[in-house]
Amino acid sequence: MTTLDISASGPATATGDAVLAFEDLTVTFKTEFGDVHAVKGIDLEVRPGEVVALVGESGSGKSVTSMTALGLLPRNARVGGTIRVGDKEVGALDGRGLRNMRGNDVAMVFQEPMTALNPVLTIGDQLTEGLQLHGIAYGKQATARAAELLAMVGIPEPERRLKQYPHELSGGQRQRVVIAMAIACDPKVIIADEPTTALDVTVQADILDLLRSLKDKLNTGILLITHNMGVVADMADRVAVMLKGDLVETGTADQVLNHPRHDYTKRLLAAVPHLGSGPGQFGDVAPVEAAAEDLPALDLNNLVIEYHRLGKPTFRAVDDVSLSVAQGEIVGLVGESGSGKSTIAKCALGLIPAASGSVSILGTGFGKLRGKELKALRKRIGVVFQDPASSLNPRLPIGDVIAEPLVVHKEGDERSRRRRVLELLDAVELPRSVYNRYPHELSGGQRQRVSIARALTLDPELLVADEPTSALDVSVQANVLKMFTSLQERYKFACLFVSHDLAVIDLLAHRVVVLQNGRIVEQGPREEVLHHPREEYTQRLIAAAPVPEPLEQRRRREARHALLNKLGEDIAELHVDDDYERPTPRQDEGGNSSGLGGLLGGGS
Amino acid sequence: MSDIRNSNPGGEDYEPQVTASGVDAVGLAAGGSADPLPGEDKSYSQGQLVARRFFRHRAALTSMIVLGIIIVVAFTSIGVGDIPGWWPKDYRLQYDKIGDGAPTWEYPFGQDTGGKDYFALVMRGTQFSLIIAFAVGIISTIVGTLIGALAGFYRGWLESILMRVTDVFIVIPLLVIAAVLGKTASSWGILGLALVLGLVTWTSLARLVRGEVLSLRERDFVLAAQAVGTGPWRIITRHVLPNAVGVIIVSATLSISAAILLETSLSFLGFGVQAPDTSLGTLISDYQAAFATRPWLFWWPGLMILTIALCVNFIGDGLRDAFDPRQNRTKD
Repeated sequence: MTTLDISASGPATATGDAVLAFEDLTVTFKTEFGDVHAVKGIDLEVRPGEVVALVGESGSGKSVTSMTALGLLPRNARVGGTIRVGDKEVGALDGRGLRNMRGNDVAMVFQEPMTALNPVLTIGDQLTEGLQLHGIAYGKQATARAAELLAMVGIPEPERRLKQYPHELSGGQRQRVVIAMAIACDPKVIIADEPTTALDVTVQADILDLLRSLKDKLNTGILLITHNMGVVADMADRVAVMLKGDLVETGTADQVLNHPRHDYTKRLLAAVPHLGSGPGQFGDVAPVEAAAEDLPALDLNNLVIEYHRLGKPTFRAVDDVSLSVAQGEIVGLVGESGSGKSTIAKCALGLIPAASGSVSILGTGFGKLRGKELKALRKRIGVVFQDPASSLNPRLPIGDVIAEPLVVHKEGDERSRRRRVLELLDAVELPRSVYNRYPHELSGGQRQRVSIARALTLDPELLVADEPTSALDVSVQANVLKMFTSLQERYKFACLFVSHDLAVIDLLAHRVVVLQNGRIVEQGPREEVLHHPREEYTQRLIAAAPVPEPLEQRRRREARHALLNKLGEDIAELHVDDDYERPTPRQDEGGNSSGLGGLLGGGS
Repeated sequence: MSDIRNSNPGGEDYEPQVTASGVDAVGLAAGGSADPLPGEDKSYSQGQLVARRFFRHRAALTSMIVLGIIIVVAFTSIGVGDIPGWWPKDYRLQYDKIGDGAPTWEYPFGQDTGGKDYFALVMRGTQFSLIIAFAVGIISTIVGTLIGALAGFYRGWLESILMRVTDVFIVIPLLVIAAVLGKTASSWGILGLALVLGLVTWTSLARLVRGEVLSLRERDFVLAAQAVGTGPWRIITRHVLPNAVGVIIVSATLSISAAILLETSLSFLGFGVQAPDTSLGTLISDYQAAFATRPWLFWWPGLMILTIALCVNFIGDGLRDAFDPRQNRTKD
């Protein structure tokens, strides 16, 4: 397959020799089911001071491609073609050469900062380790340099932070530490593998600002791996689209995002939900028909939920929350991680008790029910969870999974249950042949459809959906959302839709509730909350959500910076002093073993 | 099943990005690829995948065959109870000794000091050792699984009580309690001994199962089952334990080989199987004085113990590799 290169007509965005180059790269994995060709001959270059975004859905081979640059692939992988990092050819290096290259020439920023940092070592230990291994600084000098690095990435009180452990920092700060580690040895190129996927939108915007100023000020090349088109629009100079191990299209961000040529790129872009465009992108949402005197499907009144912790004060996860979902209405519950949105969802399902306040489903309170009555009430609520990998019992075939609620409530016989399952499979647009399949044989999107079918088995009046599409690829998410809106129109269930993605909420919610730290910040009709937010927190959230269009995103970014300035806050950026000395790492060719050689080198 | 056709109501466009999600749909290997994989159309259950991997584990498969042969030979050769076997000699009768009783074609394992056929004796001992080992394995697995599952699922005071009981059993020296109780229980026959050994060796399994259940009960599918109104018993038996079956089976296998060694030690010390019954440990104990003069009296039962324990351990290894192939097939 040939790559559709549409960058020829565009202006060159960066000059200089490539700091990272893949030539005809192939990667094959040996598995028990035969060989798997993960990467099938791609060519790609990253030049200094340039951000190249490698875009693709899960399984497209983008992470595998980036790992080849570090020489970090599992044993069963075979790599073909050439990979150049600076002037080194990765394939020709031995173990020592590879170790010398990692950190010095190429560094990595990982997706999940909690697992990328070692929880039993202090931040200082982890930062100085790289410096000492590469002979840049030792002892006190290394500590001083580590503090300087932390200050550069915008962590306040760097000296104190050096003595702290990863768990004492917030997610965003952890990712800043990971970035500080990556730039410690002043690499020529940084590979950022989904650097913001695990972060909240406002934190994501900060980290992206930091990465952007990093490449400007240090002239480092960045290979950005992401599935988020908004991030691409925000960051990338050039974009390469990967599909099943092939590069299908490359070009500048403007060319690829605004004038895509390849069908796959077009489909991918069409599947991205646009914040601000309202419903309609993936099917219309039926208007609410419930009359005012009808009982609400879900009514939360002054709800307080507390977690009791051993030896620590009680943690109040949800504080005085009142909201209601009318029959047939979709209410979007948005908030960042830790805002208590999933806790509210679990409480609405009766899985965790309320400390005070009340939860009632169609007028029946959860609080005092026991045994049979509780079971009868649960029949009226369906649930869809986020993670398609863990929400289905791996030991049961799909038919049994969907029929399980009927069996539990002793409804129907063998035949009628099977009829119902097949009817539901049709409704969620799955082939009937999956009846006898097992969950592990299905894709993430298909599993999520099964989850939705199971939730609808008992014809519930209320559906609680906890981030149902967050773990899915965009194109799969688009199809699931499309199906979801048509199902809602057909079955008319009320829905509490929990999500951190404002664009998804904008597509299907009638009303929106914004949560922060367990409290409701703002609630109201969708257009009002998402398009004319009154509260500062909501404004921030909306400003931080990236859109997949470079020019529009630039405008939004500047608007966000203006908003932050108005609120008197700093914009995240790399702080480089004028007398910043670039470290000169010891080139470990076996000759210089004093270990101090690196310190003698001058600045840049 | 005739009404479940392979019909596809939405045609190919039920997931319009078939090409894009094709990788996802296969969802097997790291890295992924849309290349058609062999067996893609066949529906493998988790159990079938495990069996497939197990039968590829050469050491485990060989051990399985060897153990199978030992079991068949031990039980058919001298027969069980009143049913006679194909081996012409009786383990109870004393025959004329040929020379000093060294192995010959007539007596492949040799003869003991009194002229008894040693092959028949060893087979008799193997039978008893195997029965005890498997009975201990089954009893300790049932007790351990039950206690571990209850403690892990219900948490709270029930967990505290069950786990403290487990701790108590762990701190009592196994050999001492087994010896004291075993002596009494041996009077009820070998199954009495098996029962006692089973009731003192379930502790490690209980802890393993509890740990597994603790992590499984937080999984979304268990929450989903609870949200639908499923009762705790059904959740444990249908959703939790089937997913812990890997841990349970592997641990059960290893407890069988531990039981063989424990029974051998006990019998050697004289607390285990009592005459007129015999086991491999009893045989070694009985003839330990003859080691210098008639080494085969020691080597045959010793070799038997070694082979059985080794086979069971290899099978356990194979099962563990089969259940935990260190590749996340559900990743996507």
